[in-house]
Amino acid sequence: MNAPAYNFAYLDEQTKRMIRRAILKAIAIPGYQVPFASREMPMPYGWGTGGVQVTAAILGPADVLKVIDQGSDDTTNAVSIRKFFGRTAGVRTTTHTTEATVIQTRHRVPETPLKAGQILVYQVPIPEPLRFLEPRETETRRMHALEEYGLVHVKLYEDIARHGHIATTYAYPVKVAGRYVMDPSPIPKFDNPKLSNSDALQLFGAGREKRIYAIPPHTAVVSLDFEDHPFEQWRHPASCALCGDDASFLDEVITDDRGGRMFVCSDTDHCESRRAAPSQPTVQDAEVARG
Amino acid sequence: MATLTAGFADPVLAAQATFRAVMDATARPGTVVPVIDTVAAPPPLAAATAAVALTLVDGDTPVWLDPRLAAGPEVAAWLRFHTGAPLVDRPADAAFAILADPASAPPFEHFSIGTLDDPDRSATLILQVERFDDGAPLVLSGPGIADRATLRVAPLPPDMVARLTANRALFPRGVDLILTAGHAVAALPRSVMPVMER
Ligand SMILES: [Zn+2]
Repeated sequence: MNAPAYNFAYLDEQTKRMIRRAILKAIAIPGYQVPFASREMPMPYGWGTGGVQVTAAILGPADVLKVIDQGSDDTTNAVSIRKFFGRTAGVRTTTHTTEATVIQTRHRVPETPLKAGQILVYQVPIPEPLRFLEPRETETRRMHALEEYGLVHVKLYEDIARHGHIATTYAYPVKVAGRYVMDPSPIPKFDNPKLSNSDALQLFGAGREKRIYAIPPHTAVVSLDFEDHPFEQWRHPASCALCGDDASFLDEVITDDRGGRMFVCSDTDHCESRRAAPSQPTVQDAEVARG
Repeated sequence: MATLTAGFADPVLAAQATFRAVMDATARPGTVVPVIDTVAAPPPLAAATAAVALTLVDGDTPVWLDPRLAAGPEVAAWLRFHTGAPLVDRPADAAFAILADPASAPPFEHFSIGTLDDPDRSATLILQVERFDDGAPLVLSGPGIADRATLRVAPLPPDMVARLTANRALFPRGVDLILTAGHAVAALPRSVMPVMER
């Protein structure tokens, strides 16, 4: 038998130790961005190399891995990452949120509430929530050090002045455990409340920007807002055309070239589970029953 | 030359399993987590202490040993051989400190507590204790704890509650504690707050 040309889960042991130490510091300082020496991975940066490195550092043979990209298990990105760990770590993979021990995600939090023992690993493109206010890293570190978060509030308030409401709908900034302002990655703000007091551990990896941060379980995560303009979740005010859910986050799908469109659950596992459950009447069933 | 006891039988998978135990303990302060893959470490190093050291320590992490561990040459030689970690004389120079006599631990502020800009550049203390089912209950709150967690550890410094309170007051700076006993770990990251018993 030939020995594999790479280590278990691809990364060498020294790199894993360095990432593991960064993860422990990140958990000890919730919401603080720990610098780490990001490695080249056999995939482009846009494919979530930060999340992949975090997953590689934590994954063991007993894990069951799920990978989602904007809620879907079936995009090229999600399939590639799932195959990568199936090949390099030999782990079982799944599309079912409830079966997974480790879920790597790009831009969504699963609809199914996570349980103790599950770990959610976010792929992060830009980890610094203050970057758009201050391009210099030394300055943003200072602002975090001194809790100088006035400017981020000013930016949100300018949104209100211009649009009548806070127009930021993705990567909506949060404050973690009453201390650090954190970028939750480009999840829809609909998902922000799921970050707070989760039973699961949440880890965030930014490959190009070389940062790891974390939210421990049972940790308060508050979306920044104002007394007269409180934070509001947003979803398309519609029901899923496939499963009928009127509470899930929906994607708008164009169905033909004459402007036809419908809304479907962004979380494909959630939608399929609802359709598979016998007790759950679908929209089609309801129409059949009416017809 | 004294013979060295072995490291992990399967270094890759044992380090992964041990790390997950430490990560779980850190994410849920006060929870005691079993360490399954352990090593035959030179006494007085306990199995879990040795496993945690092999998992987290290497040539990039200066290590300070407390006087009990530094009394003989065996622990230092074993650690150097298996991890390549440089051993330091001053607590302030250590990324990791390993203590087998926790009741006599130096004040925590003698170790690196990081800075406001770089709070992660702080020491992790591995406190080897005797047991997790004895001693005055430490009642804890903070991130990772749903309401309250209670941890019993013996032995600890007699002023442990005051030390944890002072360490929390430094937040986001501070030291992080990993407690080891036999084949189990628990953690008291800097984010934990001891709850005063009234
Ligand atoms: Zn649906």
